Amino acid sequence: MIGFLLRRILAAALVVCGVVVLVFALIHLTPGDPVEVMLGESATPADQAALRHALGLDRPLPVQLAEYFDGLAHLRLGDSLYSHQPITAILAQRIPATAELAGAAALVAVLLAFPLGVLAAVRRDTAWDYGSMGFALLGVSIPNFWMGPMLILCFSVWLGWFPVSGREGLASLVLPAVTLGTAMAAILSRMVRSTLLEVLGEDYIRTARAKGLSEGRVILHHGLRNALLPVTTLLGLQLGTLLGGAVITEMVFSWPGVGQLLIDAIHRRDYPVVQACVLLISVTYVVVNMLTDLVYAWVDPRVRLAGRDG
Amino acid sequence: MKGARGPALVLAGWACLALLGPLLPLHPDRIDLARILAGPSWHAWLGYDDLGRSLFARLVMGARTSLFVAAAVVSLSGVLGAVIGAFSGWLGGAWDRVIVRIIDVFLAFPGILLAIALAGILGPGIGNVVVALCAVGWVGYARLVRAQVLSLRRREHVLAAVSLGAGQGRVVFHHLLPLTLAPLLVEATFGVAGVVIAEAGLSFLGLGVQPPAASWGGMIRDGTRYMLVAPHMVIVPGAALMAVVLAVNLLGDRLRDRFDVRSGGAGHEAA
Repeated sequence: MIGFLLRRILAAALVVCGVVVLVFALIHLTPGDPVEVMLGESATPADQAALRHALGLDRPLPVQLAEYFDGLAHLRLGDSLYSHQPITAILAQRIPATAELAGAAALVAVLLAFPLGVLAAVRRDTAWDYGSMGFALLGVSIPNFWMGPMLILCFSVWLGWFPVSGREGLASLVLPAVTLGTAMAAILSRMVRSTLLEVLGEDYIRTARAKGLSEGRVILHHGLRNALLPVTTLLGLQLGTLLGGAVITEMVFSWPGVGQLLIDAIHRRDYPVVQACVLLISVTYVVVNMLTDLVYAWVDPRVRLAGRDG
Repeated sequence: MKGARGPALVLAGWACLALLGPLLPLHPDRIDLARILAGPSWHAWLGYDDLGRSLFARLVMGARTSLFVAAAVVSLSGVLGAVIGAFSGWLGGAWDRVIVRIIDVFLAFPGILLAIALAGILGPGIGNVVVALCAVGWVGYARLVRAQVLSLRRREHVLAAVSLGAGQGRVVFHHLLPLTLAPLLVEATFGVAGVVIAEAGLSFLGLGVQPPAASWGGMIRDGTRYMLVAPHMVIVPGAALMAVVLAVNLLGDRLRDRFDVRSGGAGHEAA
């Protein structure tokens, strides 16, 4: 297990280094001079030189990269070009909102996916099955940026149940969480259905039925329990994906999280903040995926032993 | 193919509108001040937008944008990814290890995050949208084709070609890549859905196609500002987008069932 743990952590660390290099390279992709783009055309050469020096863009590339890594290691991300506050402080203000949204969306996804998936598997090839899987197909086909406005239209504008946007109280969390969680619910419910169908075909399910257990007990205790492992893994992997979807959902609902900060920073040409947001979201994603893998390997020894062969 | 007629019809409609749009007597940029925010009527089935432009004409123009971006991104990133993945799997060794690491790094950005950052930094415009989505899109194809090639490289026809003195390029292009076409086609079909949503998403965020050009995502964004008085401005482009994405996904499911019996039939084996 220790060997697997070290291998997995090392692989994740390598990926994070690659991510840092790519995010560092982003600023050098700007067509033309990034400093000119950031300051606009009215800036004097002296202003440009000052910003170039402040951002370290006047030094050789390898030195810049090394300093970027050094800054990250000490959690120094520089200052925002727009508000001149330290980026770490800005991010710290935004992280709770995004975490809250992602957590609530995952909850929505689980609450929707399990009943739908179980229903579809147990009532296979009936209207229940087709209905649930139809929902799943709709769920992956409706983009966040349309579902959000449609939910606002129905539940905020017409029915007046929830606030239109912003982050004030639990009611304001409902629509963003449903918007972000639906696609995940759709993917999860398909997985619950197919895994449960597979498990229900096993011999021990026949044995459980032959013992005379009630159908509910067979499905919940013997079926779903064994189907839980792959589903939980997918849940972990999808949790990271939520962070990507959160960017658009936050924009739809004016939710003051990291995603909204990212888009605002792009429009303000505040590139250090753009880099920091992208870095934060993707590193979180890598770490969540790694933890999911480790938990999976810890629960299911087949995974960590499989690594030895190849 | 069973059950593919509906989706195929929707997609044919999408392509026809996009390709034949310029031939129709439509004026997506003509402003009619008397009809600002006017809802659907007999005169105009889909109504007008906040500048008094016909929503149907804008929708057709948006269809052109999404079809162009989808075709460009899926073909460019599909070819690029397939070639990189095939060589990586075939050559093996250090090349393969480096490419796998690069793929891992690209996969470390959830969803369209990297495309958002790239499009944001490159600046708005349809060309930059294509570049940003290709930069993100090739990875999936590369990973798929690499895995396929790894399982094919020891096949007898490949060994025969190598022992007859075929060069690396010939083996990859003539003996390996053609065998990966079926899964590649399934992946590309789902890829179209992903790209259509991503293009609309970037335009929704203001990072894609710029006015006066139309994009369904941009239309949804404009519509959200007038949701109280003109909900049709949000409903119409979104419904079109959903119909296309749903049709592509349905078609992809059918194709997968047809080509890849294992993943399509897992549920049936279990019972």
